[in-house]
Parts: sequence; C-alpha cells; structure tokens
Amino acid sequence: MAAKRDLLRFITCGSVDDGKSTLIGRLLHDCGVIFEDTYTALSADSQRHSTTGDAMDFALLLDGLEAERQQGITIDVAYRYFATPCRSFIVADTPGHEQYTRNMATGASTASLAIILVDATKGLLPQSRRHSIICSLLGIRHVVLAINKMDLIGFDAARFTAIAAEYRTFAAALGFQDITALPISARQGDNITSLSSKTPWYRGPFLLAHLEAVDVAADDAAKPFRFPVQWVNRPDEDFRGFAGTLASGRIAAGDAIMLAATGAQSRVARIVTADGDLPEAVAGQAVTLTLADEIDIARGDMLVAPSARPETADQFAADVLWMGNEPMLPGRDYLLRIGHAWTTARVTSLRHRLEVTTREYQAARQLEMNDIGLCHLSCLQPLSFDPYAKNRATGAFILVDRFTHETVAAGMIRHGLRRATNIHRAAFTVDRTARSESYGQRPILLWFTGLSGSGKSTIANLVEQALFAAGRHCYSLDGDNLRLGLCNDLGFTPADRVENIRRAGEVAKLFLDAGLIVLGSFISPFRAERQMLRELLPAGEFLEIHVDAPIETCIARDPKGLYAKAKAGLIPNFTGISSPYEAPENPDMHLKTGDFTAEECAEQVLQALRGKGIAC
Amino acid sequence: MAGLQRLTPHLARLEAEAIGILREGACAFRRPVLLYSIGKDSSVLLHLALKAFFPGKPPFPLLHIDTTWKFREMISFRDATAKRLGLELLVHTNAEGLARAINPITSGSALHTQVMKTEALRQALDMHGFDAAFGGARRDEEKSRAKERIFSFRGPGHIWEPRLQRPELLSLFNTRIHPGESMRIFPLSNWTEFDVWDYIAAENIPVVPLYFAAARPVVRRSGGWIMVDDERLPLEDGETPETKMVRFRTLGCYPLSGAIESMATTLPEIITEMRAARRSEREGRLIDHDGEASMERKKREGYF
Repeated sequence: MAAKRDLLRFITCGSVDDGKSTLIGRLLHDCGVIFEDTYTALSADSQRHSTTGDAMDFALLLDGLEAERQQGITIDVAYRYFATPCRSFIVADTPGHEQYTRNMATGASTASLAIILVDATKGLLPQSRRHSIICSLLGIRHVVLAINKMDLIGFDAARFTAIAAEYRTFAAALGFQDITALPISARQGDNITSLSSKTPWYRGPFLLAHLEAVDVAADDAAKPFRFPVQWVNRPDEDFRGFAGTLASGRIAAGDAIMLAATGAQSRVARIVTADGDLPEAVAGQAVTLTLADEIDIARGDMLVAPSARPETADQFAADVLWMGNEPMLPGRDYLLRIGHAWTTARVTSLRHRLEVTTREYQAARQLEMNDIGLCHLSCLQPLSFDPYAKNRATGAFILVDRFTHETVAAGMIRHGLRRATNIHRAAFTVDRTARSESYGQRPILLWFTGLSGSGKSTIANLVEQALFAAGRHCYSLDGDNLRLGLCNDLGFTPADRVENIRRAGEVAKLFLDAGLIVLGSFISPFRAERQMLRELLPAGEFLEIHVDAPIETCIARDPKGLYAKAKAGLIPNFTGISSPYEAPENPDMHLKTGDFTAEECAEQVLQALRGKGIAC
Repeated sequence: MAGLQRLTPHLARLEAEAIGILREGACAFRRPVLLYSIGKDSSVLLHLALKAFFPGKPPFPLLHIDTTWKFREMISFRDATAKRLGLELLVHTNAEGLARAINPITSGSALHTQVMKTEALRQALDMHGFDAAFGGARRDEEKSRAKERIFSFRGPGHIWEPRLQRPELLSLFNTRIHPGESMRIFPLSNWTEFDVWDYIAAENIPVVPLYFAAARPVVRRSGGWIMVDDERLPLEDGETPETKMVRFRTLGCYPLSGAIESMATTLPEIITEMRAARRSEREGRLIDHDGEASMERKKREGYF
C-alpha cells in the first residue's frame, strides 16, 4: 500500500471569503490530521478572532501570521500536508486578495491541480477568472471547480449548473485537461469527504475521492533528457562529477549526452549516488554524473539528449507575471535565473498586457504589480531552454532586481527569437530570393498608417497603379478588406486592434516571401504594433509611412460617414474620437495630406522607392 | 540501487528535493553552515547532507547552539556523531547569558529561549560570518513555519519579515543577498513528522536514544513528564522523581521538554504509536505556548 502511494500537490484559489482556508481546514480535520491539542488551541482562537460565530473557524488553522489573524485574511501561501491510504497531499492555501497574487502564483508553480472556489451566492468573480488564467499560464492542467456555500442557496441544482456552465465557457480556451465541478459546503462538510444527502441530484464524486483518483501524471520521464548542472563535485584529483536533478527524461550509463550551449558531446560513464552507482536515473532524481570525456562544464550548464536539443538563444518571448512593487520597465536590466544559470536580461519590448478578467490582450507600456504581459527579453549570454508549455522545469525563469534583490517577476518562455537557433522551417528550393530575382524586384512592405479618412487607401492605390504599370508585382492589403474575411471575428477594442495588425503583418510577411511588393493601409493606431511589424520583417523591408491629416480635415472629408456616426456615439472605440492614435515618432515617410494632393503624396512615395531601387 | 528500493516513491521524492536544496545552498553562498540541534530532524538533515555531496563530504561545518541545558545523552550523541563522520563541529554558548545565569527554570522559558537560543544563534552566525544556515524545520510543525519559504531571507540583524517574503517559484530560488543579509534554508520544509520517522527507519539513521521508551526518572509538570536529567532541576514541594517508561517526541532543553508515557522501544513501535497519536509533537515543547504567534515573534527576532 505505502509503496504505491504517490503525491498530489494542489492549490486552492478563489476570491476573498470564498472559503479556501475553511475548505482546507475541513479536509485536514476530516482526514484526522488536526491533533487534539491543535484542535483545543483552535477552539480558543475561534472565540477570539472568529468570523464564524460559534462554529469552529478552520481558517485560523492556516492563517498563521499575526497580520493575517488580525485582519482575517490570507496574505501568504500556507503549505499543509495530509495523507489518505492511497495518496499524499501537499496543499498550498493561497491568498485571494489581488495585491497578493504573486503569492498565489508561488503556490501555483509547484501544483498540478487547482481547486477554484466559487461562492455560490456570488457566482464567478473577476478574481476567480484571474486565478484561473494564472493557473493556466503556470501550467496547471487539472481544475476542480468547487462551488461553495451551497447550503446558503438551499443546494439549488439549477444555480450550480449555471455557474458550472458559465465557468466552462470562460475556461474553454485555457487549455485545462479536465474541469470537475462539485457542489460543496466547506463549513458544513457537504461533498468533501463523503457524498452529501442534500445534493441527491449530484452524481459525481465527493472532493476527496476525486483528489485521490485524479490522474495528473505529467510523465516528465517520457520527455527528452534534461539535466541542469547544479554543482561540479570535485572532492579529489580522481573524481569529477556533475551533480544535479534530472528535470526530465531518463539517462543510463553509456548514453550519449550533449552540452546544450555548445553541442559538445560525451557519454555518461557512471551515475553516482551515495547508495551506489545506478544503471539508470529518471526525472526527479538527484544524482551525480561522470562523463567519459573531459569537457568544460560548469554550474548553470545543461546536459541534454543529443537527439533532442533544446533551444539556445539570447532572445526569447515569454509570458511574464510581474511581482515587483516598482513597475516593469522595458529597457531596464534585471538578473535572470533559469535552471541554475544566472545572467543579466532586459525586457526589450512589452508586446501586450493580458487583461486577466477577460483574456483580452491590450497595448501597454509597462506592467504593474500582478500584471501579466507577453514580453520579448534579451540576455547577456545565450540560454538553453524549452518552451514552458512543453517543460515547466526548463522553460521557467525569475527576474530579480539588481539592487534590491527582490524577486520581481516569474516568466514562462514561449519561444526563442533568434531566428536561426531553433526554427526547423521547411526549406524549399524556390525561396524568396529565387522568386524576387525572377520578378526582378526587391520585396518591401509599404505601411500606410493614419486616421480614418486621412487618405491611406487612396494614396496606396495610386502607388500600386504606378508600380504595376512599371511591371512590378504588387499586392494591396487593406484594413477594411481584411476585416471582411480573415479578420471578420475581430472588433475594434485595443486588444482586437493589436490582433488585427498581427495578422496583417503575418500575411504581409508571406507575400514578401512570395517576392511581392506589399502595400498595407491600416489605421494601426499603436506604436507597439507598428514596431512589432518592423521586428517581424528583415531589416529594410518595412517602410512606415505616416499619412497625416489633421483630425478636422478627416472629419470634414468623412468619406464613409463614420465620423458622423462616431460623434453620435454609434461607433465605440473610434480612432481619433474615442480611441487614441499614437502618431509615429520617426516614420520613414511623413505625408501631409492636408497640404498636398493624393497624387503629389503618391509621387513622394514613388520617389523614395526609386531612391531605394525599388521603383523605376 | 538497493537504496532506492528501500524508499517509497514519496520518500524518494522528498529525499531528492532535499538533496537539491542542500546542493543549492552550498553552491550559492559564500559560507554556509548546518545548524545541528541533535534531534531527529537534524539527524535526517545530516544524513541527507552526506548523500548530497557524495563521494565528497559536505562543504560546510555543523553548528550547535548549546544552552547548557540539553539532555546529557544529546551531547554525547552529538560528539560521537561528529567524530564518527569526521565532520567539523562548532559549538556556541552565549557566554554573556551564562554569566547572567539565564536558565530555563528561574528565568522562564521565554527569556531563556531569547538569550540562550535566539541571541546565541545570532552571535554564532555573526562571529563566523555565515551567510547561509541550513535548518531542519518542517512546515507541518507550526503554522507560521507553514508560511515560510524554503530559502528564507533574513535582513540585517537576522530579522525575518513575513510580509516581505520572496515569491518562490518551482525550484528557482532567489539566492541573492547583500553583505549583512543572510539566508535560512530548510531542506525538510515539505516533510511531515511521519516522513521523518519513515525515512529514519528506511535509511537506518542513528538517533538519540531518548526517542525510544526507557525507564527514566521523571516528575509530572504542566500535564507532561519532565525528566530529572541532572541535579539542577529543583524539585517542588512534595515532588519526588518516579521511574516511568517514557520517551520524547521532540528534544530540546530538558526542563522544557515533556516526555510521553510509552512502551515503544523500537522504530516500528514508535511509528505505530505515532500513527495512533492524536496530539501534535510540539505540544511537548513548552516554548511554543508562551503566547499566541509566539513562534512568529521568535522567528522575526532570528530564532530558527
């Protein structure tokens, strides 16, 4: 029995007063973990601090800090331990207050299951959504939706079903493998450690039965071999071993290994432990490897399977959860730890901020504490890593303030940015060079940005006509046209505008690959997205053209009658009226369409293209 | 190989985690030390340290804070263990406290703990310039410990500020400190009392004989049995030591450590008895009952 017992690490999260601590207290109590003297102390505490009246206040068991007991809230993660005959459990009770989200993330990082508590009398709250998104981001794939305080709504099945359905809709895109909804009362003990007679309509398991049975095996042993070198063990002249814990995969004596950063190869000579040499070691084991060859390996390096090298890059994109008191500032240097390696890193750009209650991406300039954003980072030295979604241990990092040493962020790597490092792009013989040579032209994206009615499409149309007449192969991408097809699922919120431009950029990139000259006419109001386009394309292939007319001129022109509608309040988020336009600071070209005709502006563009050898 | 089969997957996981933490502490700090308090948790911690750096020896000394009121059997076990393993053992006593005759009986447990343990520990860490100290504390022991990080940052003066703890994600420990700051490191954070005993049994780790039941001279005080370990324990009026079969669940200063009546003289018997127990191990430690949140206060001041 004991030999088969495994471990489930889970967290409880949800909003303040949803009953997280009470639920854990109930589990501990019903599993017999609470000793008599603890129970007696709890009775005394309950009378002094309780928020529950006469009943035993289990929350006081967990809120172990004085500040927590005085304020009646959970500030920091508490870890509790209990076991049943078939499983051991470590539960992290995490704070519900938004200001302590970073502590919640601490608990989530090591958990494989999350219990999201929802107060049945209140339904889903923003904090339930926020915590679900953080759990998803941190790689939790199993969720229990515990709809608590069912006793207060008379164990109403319809209400339970409605909340569960609402949650499933919300969580559909979060990548959870399973979501199990349970109607419970933590205070009364319904459906916690036995099925409640008050919910005859509920056919699922009670909470503890589910926790005992749920299969959360991540099967790290089946992933490629990853061994972050923690320490070089050199007790004497004769022994040189590399100590560490297998992050994933397995390794046997005689297996080939590779140093991820350099590609240097060797074989495992011995797998050394204090209990004798092992023939094989698997993920999670702490061992010391000796190698057949002398290669230069230090703490922070990673040994990997030669057949499955991780990415090695000095730039990457990552989801970043900001935890610092000071906001995250792109351009500032931080210390970065990944595995056992430390380096200096800088956030080169904040692509967007995740609005965690709606899952929308929004343009942003900085991240405040508890914000989540997609960032590009650049490091002083190349790092070896896997995408976090594939390997939690080798895809996560922290950022540390260089001066205060505060842990300011947790990061989950999506992918490397150095194009040559990892892309196994299918290589076709007829490539962009071949195509553009056959057309006798250099591909370029002419990006016309400006207010609605400023003349973007009109000028682009004139430029394209001239290029086409000269035998150039061109294609026009137009914001309105794209929105009728590829982007017809997007609206005009900042988040959708960001996505709209991202798609336009990717399409433009394909057309450039096809050897074409592409003309894009998009309002594209945010600098960050225009910068994203510039970074997306090879240097020199992006020409930012600001089509600049005063807003009054645009309103007077109003070719589509949109300004009139916007001013009447009929169109929300209309650029220039109810949504900002961030004018380019240093555009490649600046066309003042209030002062020049469309033809004159088109000629300015053509002249510039002639200067670049693109137009004749 | 045999070693691995001895352990359940659960214990093997705890062992690997603790070894990783010990190695991390040894690598990341300039001058680490292992706080050796002679108890069962320290015995496990020491055993894990021997494993972590094999075939080398742990690259740090052991430090014992001696209040001069430990059980005699603890001191002899301590010296025999250091000698057997060939490890450097540092022993520190607060000389000033000794001169002031601070003791657990007439000074009271709170003052005694403050002066002879907390202050003594701070003195020893400062004197040797240790910037990291491993300890055998577990999160299941006490509720403020349940909140503590594995790598627990201490500001100047060894102060613990529970509201400013560093977030600790996966095993990406933030080991960065400035001069004057230090780290307390708890490799056994995720172990329970059961795990400790199961591991001691599986690995056959020597522990102080006081954990096993034996006939010992004791007096009844505050609902527990206090052992009359030497002549310094003043007997109250009408109090006569009696001989009882007792053992200890936790060990500290003998006048502050309550024994329980028990017939468990072997490890399997201890484990069986513990599984049936309905009272927590810290109950035998009088210092925890000094007042609500007393452990948190002591820890803020630098207590382990």
